[in-house]
Amino acid sequence: MLKISKVIMILLVAWGVFLLRVSAQQLPGTEKAVPDSSHSEKVFDAGKFVIEHVSDAYEWHITSFGEKHISIPLPVIVYSSTKGLNIFLSSKFHHGEAAYNGFKIAHEGPYEGKIVEIDESGEIVGKPVDISITKTVAGVLVSVILLLWVFLSVARSAQKNAGKAPSGLQNLVEPVIVFIRDEVARPAIGDKRFEKFMPFLLTLFFFILFNNLIGLIPIFPFGANVTGNIAVTMVLALFTFVLTTINGNKHYWKEIYNPDVPWWLKFPIPLMPIVELSGVITKPFVLMVRLFANMMAGHLIVTVFVSLIFIFGSLMGATAGYGISVVSIAFSVFMLLLDVLVSFIQAYVFTLLSALYFGMATAEHHH
Amino acid sequence: MGLVTPNPGTIFWMVIIFGIVLFILRKFAWKPILNALKDREISIANALSSADKARQEVASLKADHEKIISEARREKDLILKEAKEIREKIVAEAKEKAMQEAQKSIELARQQIESEKVAAIGEIKKQVAELSVLVAEKILRKELLATDDQEKFVNDSLNDLNLN
Repeated sequence: MLKISKVIMILLVAWGVFLLRVSAQQLPGTEKAVPDSSHSEKVFDAGKFVIEHVSDAYEWHITSFGEKHISIPLPVIVYSSTKGLNIFLSSKFHHGEAAYNGFKIAHEGPYEGKIVEIDESGEIVGKPVDISITKTVAGVLVSVILLLWVFLSVARSAQKNAGKAPSGLQNLVEPVIVFIRDEVARPAIGDKRFEKFMPFLLTLFFFILFNNLIGLIPIFPFGANVTGNIAVTMVLALFTFVLTTINGNKHYWKEIYNPDVPWWLKFPIPLMPIVELSGVITKPFVLMVRLFANMMAGHLIVTVFVSLIFIFGSLMGATAGYGISVVSIAFSVFMLLLDVLVSFIQAYVFTLLSALYFGMATAEHHH
Repeated sequence: MGLVTPNPGTIFWMVIIFGIVLFILRKFAWKPILNALKDREISIANALSSADKARQEVASLKADHEKIISEARREKDLILKEAKEIREKIVAEAKEKAMQEAQKSIELARQQIESEKVAAIGEIKKQVAELSVLVAEKILRKELLATDDQEKFVNDSLNDLNLN
């Protein structure tokens, strides 16, 4: 109980810091903008603010004071057929305002926000192969370091405490591991085969959970919207899909290509096989979308509540902004606590469904 | 579209990172943790089952114990009963014997008394005969004297006899 309240306290303090720094960056602008509406670019753009906070970036923005941006530059790795492999820090782009070495970040068009290749005249000539360490990838690395640190130390203490009662961190994660084993893997996959899938399910669960929770802490090096990035959830779903496919037994494939239905559903038009095959694709697709949408929505709503302060501030003056901030903060805190719950639920659901798919793929024929 | 289009670079790094994490955790974390959990569960299950076994053993021992005690009690009762019977028998025998002995000694005493009596009577008879002879002798000796004297003498003699 004490630990949970501590986590909540840390979250609240972190959000307080976040709000303060957003205020520092926005309120002076709104104060100027309201008396003189001709400075239209100074008016707070809520849509841009919200989207910037939930989308990926080439640098890790920490804070801004007026026009001065403070951010951690991240490595850009691009390969194009004309310029070959280029590795440089994203600080070379000067927060997206400058071009470097024939590359720049597009501000509009189909490649908006992405690195594009330009010619001497500044025209976009194409999109290079881009494997930059973006904010999302950096966020994944942060969470992975934490994940490895936690579980390798737990493994060490598990080996050291062999035959004794667990203690400390081990005590915290062991019930969760036992829960995944006894309430998720065992009933979904079956007593005989669940052990094979345990490492993947545990890695999946804790990877999602860590990233979800870390995403809620809005100060560097946390707060990257990792599980709200569709590429990340896509890879996770892909792993589940690949494992399901390579572990599928004869019965599983028979149910797809030749299910027990009347013959006219299979011949001359293979209606049922088509439906079953689309199900094979739909399952991981749904996994991907569910996690992405839930986490993205949580981040969006919290950011929208925060930006409400500045919307009111720019529409009705700074006083209204300060006034609405009380309501906004209350709602943000509520949403954030809800997101803590959602983080656990989504990690659980993703793991449970993966386990169920594995169970279906390895189930034996009983008739 | 930006938010729902997966970025190939992110996918690339995610596959590598997640794959490596999966490999490392599988080998160095989940294996020892799950093994430790399993070992602990097995040892707890063993401890529980051995405790159960011990309990059963104790119960059976107790039953044995009870059986032994009841048997001992039964034996004790038997022994006591036997002892009582023997005692009664001995007492009865002793009584019988004593009675017989007493009867015997009474008989003996009676016989002795009888023979004593016979002897005494014989003695008395003898003495009476002797006394009679003595008295008769004395009477006969005094016959020469006065008749009165004779009479007196007889009376005195008879008085003497009475005293005897």
